[in-house]
Amino acid sequence: MNALPWTILFSFAGAILALVAGTRSAALARRVGLVATLAGLAATLLAATRFTPGPGLQTVLDLPWIPQLGVRCHLAADGISLTLVVLTGIAATAGVLFSWNIEERAGEFFALYLTLIGGVYGVFLSADAFLLFVFYEIAIVPKYFLIASWGSTNREYGAMKLVLYSFAGSALVLGGLLWAFAAAGGRSFALADLAAAAARFPRGDQLAMFGLLFFGFAVLAGLFPFHTWAPTGHVAAPTAASMLLAGVVMKLGAYGCLRVAMPLFPEALAWWQPAIAWLAIAGILYAGLVALVQDDFKFVIGYSSVSHMGFVLLGLAAANPQAVGGAVLQMFSHGMIAGLLFAVVGRIVYERTHTRRLDALQGMPLHRLLPFGAVVFVLAGMASMGMPGFSGFPAELAILIGTWKASPIWALFAAAGILVAAAFTLRVVQVSFFGRTASASDPAPANEYPFAPVTWPEKAGAALLLASTVLIGLRPDLLLDWINPALQSPLMQAALRGGPP
Amino acid sequence: MSSISYLELWRALLPEACLTLGAVLVLAMDLAAPAGRPAAARRGTAAAVALIALAAAGWAAARSGTAGPAFGGVFVLDRLTLITRLGVIGLALLTVALAGNLSRLANAAEYIALILFATAGFTLMAASNQLLIAFLALELASLALYVLAGFDKTRPESAEAGLKYFLFGGVSAAFLLFGFSLLYGLTGSIAFPEIARQLAAQPPSALLVVALAMILVAFGFKAAAAPFHLWAPDVYEGAPAGSAALIASASKLAGVALFTRLLWAGVGAPVAVSWLPVLAILAAVSLVLGNVAALAQSNVRRLLAYSAISHAGALVLGVMVAGRSPGAVVYYALTYGLATVGAFGVIAALETAGPSRRLEDLAGLHRRSPFLAGCLAIYILSLAGIPPLAGFLGKFAVFADALRAGGLNGPTGWLAFLAIAMSAVALYYYLLILKQAFVAAPKAGAGQFAVPPAARLALGVAAVAIIVLGIAPGLVLGAF
Amino acid sequence: MSNLPLLSLLVFLPWIGAVALALLPRLSEVAQRRLALVASLSTLAVALALLSGFDPARTAPQFVEKHAWIAALNVYYHLGLDALSLILVLLTGLVAPAALAASFRSGGFRGFAAFFLTLQGAALGVFLALDFFHWFIFWELSLIPAYFLIKIWGGPGATRAAYQFVIYTLGGSAFLLLGFASLFSAAGTFDFQQLAQLGADGSLARKLGGDGSWLPQAVFLGVLLGLAVKVPLWPFHTWLPPAYAEAPTGASMFLTGVMSKMGVYGFLRILWPIFPRELQAAAPWLMVLALGGVVLGAWAAMRQTDLKRMVAYSSVNHLSYCLLALFAVAHASGKGGAVSEAATAALSGTLLQMFNHGLSAAALFLCVGVLEKRSGGRRGLDDFGGVRTVAPFFAALTGVAMFSSLGLPGLNGFVGEFLIFRGVFGLAPWAAAVATLGLLATAIFLLTFWQRVFHGTVAGATPGFRDLTLAEAAPLLPATALMVILGVYPQLLAGLINPLVTAWAGHLTPP
Repeated sequence: MNALPWTILFSFAGAILALVAGTRSAALARRVGLVATLAGLAATLLAATRFTPGPGLQTVLDLPWIPQLGVRCHLAADGISLTLVVLTGIAATAGVLFSWNIEERAGEFFALYLTLIGGVYGVFLSADAFLLFVFYEIAIVPKYFLIASWGSTNREYGAMKLVLYSFAGSALVLGGLLWAFAAAGGRSFALADLAAAAARFPRGDQLAMFGLLFFGFAVLAGLFPFHTWAPTGHVAAPTAASMLLAGVVMKLGAYGCLRVAMPLFPEALAWWQPAIAWLAIAGILYAGLVALVQDDFKFVIGYSSVSHMGFVLLGLAAANPQAVGGAVLQMFSHGMIAGLLFAVVGRIVYERTHTRRLDALQGMPLHRLLPFGAVVFVLAGMASMGMPGFSGFPAELAILIGTWKASPIWALFAAAGILVAAAFTLRVVQVSFFGRTASASDPAPANEYPFAPVTWPEKAGAALLLASTVLIGLRPDLLLDWINPALQSPLMQAALRGGPP
Repeated sequence: MSSISYLELWRALLPEACLTLGAVLVLAMDLAAPAGRPAAARRGTAAAVALIALAAAGWAAARSGTAGPAFGGVFVLDRLTLITRLGVIGLALLTVALAGNLSRLANAAEYIALILFATAGFTLMAASNQLLIAFLALELASLALYVLAGFDKTRPESAEAGLKYFLFGGVSAAFLLFGFSLLYGLTGSIAFPEIARQLAAQPPSALLVVALAMILVAFGFKAAAAPFHLWAPDVYEGAPAGSAALIASASKLAGVALFTRLLWAGVGAPVAVSWLPVLAILAAVSLVLGNVAALAQSNVRRLLAYSAISHAGALVLGVMVAGRSPGAVVYYALTYGLATVGAFGVIAALETAGPSRRLEDLAGLHRRSPFLAGCLAIYILSLAGIPPLAGFLGKFAVFADALRAGGLNGPTGWLAFLAIAMSAVALYYYLLILKQAFVAAPKAGAGQFAVPPAARLALGVAAVAIIVLGIAPGLVLGAF
Repeated sequence: MSNLPLLSLLVFLPWIGAVALALLPRLSEVAQRRLALVASLSTLAVALALLSGFDPARTAPQFVEKHAWIAALNVYYHLGLDALSLILVLLTGLVAPAALAASFRSGGFRGFAAFFLTLQGAALGVFLALDFFHWFIFWELSLIPAYFLIKIWGGPGATRAAYQFVIYTLGGSAFLLLGFASLFSAAGTFDFQQLAQLGADGSLARKLGGDGSWLPQAVFLGVLLGLAVKVPLWPFHTWLPPAYAEAPTGASMFLTGVMSKMGVYGFLRILWPIFPRELQAAAPWLMVLALGGVVLGAWAAMRQTDLKRMVAYSSVNHLSYCLLALFAVAHASGKGGAVSEAATAALSGTLLQMFNHGLSAAALFLCVGVLEKRSGGRRGLDDFGGVRTVAPFFAALTGVAMFSSLGLPGLNGFVGEFLIFRGVFGLAPWAAAVATLGLLATAIFLLTFWQRVFHGTVAGATPGFRDLTLAEAAPLLPATALMVILGVYPQLLAGLINPLVTAWAGHLTPP
């Protein structure tokens, strides 16, 4: 378990090294990036092998930091944190692999990327609310530069919108956090202490504080109707950034809801529950229906991320162990799947065809010209649809079970959402890769489309993500055995009282 | 009154003495320099002497420690004094280092001497425990700053800036003096502790209201808080970069320290608490007006000016909650000063390579000078309040104190929320600056350039200080 | 022999073949065909081995494999084989290699065979799984290969047909999934047998929502919807005609022969055991829907001029017979007495009809496929004439399949239909009366087909129609032989299923 702080360290150190390496050559910067992310992944896997699942956070590091503000540098992890940390490790490594072709200002790119990763690791490992917030904010600014400097469609607007929404959400969180801290006596930011004190706050204050905290975090998770930054921003971002943003950074918001907002104010959660659930459902269905009519390849994937995060938020809102466990599993699963989808769209297809318009792609027999991409995209699409055998299925099943316990109507809408997801995913697979299958024996017009061959980093990245999603699809107990005990901790139990009476 | 103990006076004002001596020495050496000596050498000598004087002053301030009231209660040497003095001296050091390469300025020695005089005024402000000394210190510093603002004789904007600053400053000084005299009339004393005791024993009166209102106006002007901010954009734009740096940083820090002492130790807590709503309005208007106006700016300096106005609002909030401990607001003012000095230093360095007024002039800075771009990023992000930089901790500490002082029941809590909301707005224009520096391509004809070593050192020290203070704020907060 | 995990082998051998084909791009065409055929025939081989070790008298699942899998969701890897599964496995073992062999000449055979073998393995998994988790995996996994088979190797309207097919089925599956999610939340298990026990003694309904709650009905509807789309039950059948018509011959054969049985299997294995009371309550309505499929399916077939669509609609009709019988049995359960004998007949008829229809419909599609290929793509009713004179061998084989589908006594199709009618007549005479309309219509369109295409003057695309070579007829011969044998000696199959069917009818809720 003590390997975990190294993840943060490797990321930030790697960022500085990458910056320096970039002045020598882009290739060196890439290698530094890969080494840093692999080291982080190794640390997470090492910690995972030594982890004994149990309720409550297991402290990894606890040092005094700012006594005047009651802040400690307190890193701890339970099964939920560990799941998400492993997700980060895998997604980060895959992102670096899919950025192997970045030539311009590569050192800065990987430095910003690794800073973002370091912030993400920090959020998942913090047990002190202040520290969590600090890492949360550290992760914001690199996003702007990654998108604005290396992005594509509408990048400056997309970057600004994404960052301002993220920052606005974190402003709400800061307000709620400071208010709770002050009302608790202003002595400590430890989550346990805040929760103990919060139970004695006046009810109106609790409702307001929960509202600030939950909705502040939920903005980053893409809760409807505060989700509009996500499709624009993810489309504008370069491939690795999109993979990370949709795959991991959106999970920061959901994690914040789960780790901070819900345990601190369980009664407020019960009061806000219907509103959150209906907004989540609205997001699932609205984003899915919008994805059905997009004609930019990447926008479909961007909206699909919002739709999948709606499932996560619905699971959290249902607030019972099944649903929340499913939500965490869905966070992991969607991280892999979003990574795969964006990787195919951005790196495998767009870098070669230079178009993302579906009507243009429809005219190319892509399944013949990019067979590797076709296979990966079909598998990723199946996973995105929640097809059994892939990680999305046990996650969505658990969420459905838990949501049904809370309210059958919500579960019905969620099932409808699964159908919508199947429809738009199948449509985009069909139109993009299999648009021109006029005759199975049509010879491939290779001269008309001279595409670069698939490189080893692309294969490695895709293999890594696909293996993860299939492994968890067939053996979800690997993660559920970590997650479920973590939901037994006193803090979580207070929040998960089994849905409305 | 007992006879004056000059030894005690000397001990209490050792830093000011060093600075004044240093200023005189600078002027003398420059006068005595042989004709034909190149301007660069004269600048170098002046700067060196100034640096030594500043270092000596810093050492003296540290040595005097927190002895308590000195010289019969005219001065007070407590932790607020110590930290403020050290901070002001540090900021002045940076300004001198950055101003050292202002080749366009004739009479560099006078310039540096004025900086030293201003610094002496600031350190005196930090130590004053009496109405007259406070006014004296304020005026000493302000006069020096007026001249510094108008120092660039090659540009009409500089003269305009100096004149405007002087006019506004003069009027506000009049207000201050009037308010002080009313306070004396009410309480019969000019010493802060005595005034507090007297006011606590009296019922509130219309005269007190007038006195405090006038004092508030004066400090509103000094801090560039709305609606007394109208001088700030023009002065920030017109003054030479080094002057603007000093005006924006050290004068704010010293002003905050003085006003905190005046409000909480001078006027006293009972009366001060009843004035909090007024201060709250001041802070709120500054926050909103500063941020909203900054959104529309296309001139870098004016943008920094309006952002300074919004920060002034936060500083006023900090003063409002400094009753228990001024640690948070001093930390905020100090780190804000560091970031501002750095930002103006970058602008100064850019000016040597071409125009640097509009945002677009910053385009492609990451290619033209990666060092400057990196430092600028640190300063701007600190101003925006992004962890782990010091600006974030400063805001956090002030907001935490604001909410600890009664949650949402008083004005401070709501102000904190307003400030948090405004910081989201502010991020937009701060990112615009960084967008030019990091994302936009350099303009045609804008090539690479090198930054002189002194400026490099100063900028680097400021950046490192911001990072260190951000990660270990206990260095300052712990002193209170 | 008994130590080998035969059931797992059954499912995974075709998949291993598919993977091998995918990973070996440089195999020669002949090697590809051989590899694919071997992988497909492995099913028949293992099925025969199972048959030899199968004891019909024991009605509980045999050759059970059960391993703990996902403790957090109480999921077990649980495979088992009873008579129902066995006959469907045998059917798959017969139809799949034939379909594959019929597709030897299609372009891109490697991809085709890989998808086909994946589909075959998934279908087998559906017939063997006894725990919802992996049952659903197999159920859903069958869709994607089918989608690609239709879309890439299909006709001009294939894209839309394939998309519609998948979305319809996935839509139903979403509600099936929701239904099982609620079952799990109430009962804490995904195991079909455990759920059936809870359903039998009524405790499941209590757990779902207690008395007066609409939740058990809602869950029942969800599961029903998912299965109904797959069979298909009228009116959820609109995806079928385009999909079957646009699909390439081999895929159509498998779709109608095996995949359609997955739906009926689901009714027998899942819906009826777990929701006996709800099914009984809904049975009258469901019988009306089944009758709709019987009658309207046959009438629609009558009006088709595209031969493939005609056979597709006739599949709707034939499968609706199976469902009609089941619903009639469910409707009458609880009435005791002489009902039991009629129920036995109806249920036997259902199972036999499943097997026999699989054979005859697959054979029909193959024959239509031959017509299409020989004529260069035409398959209209009026495009041919007098084929009997130029291709007597082919006509003979088609005739057997056709008359089997018609239900001519002496061929296998008769037995199933007769038993169904006998059973339904005993349980719900009015339904049997209405269903005879379907018989009439079926006779009309099949005889029309026979007459217009095979008899009469040689016309249309018939000149130049070469007769079937032995190699081309090879896929068809085993099925044709079986159709004759089973028509004369149905005891071969009936003996396998009788104990199971008797047990079902005896409780009027399956164990």
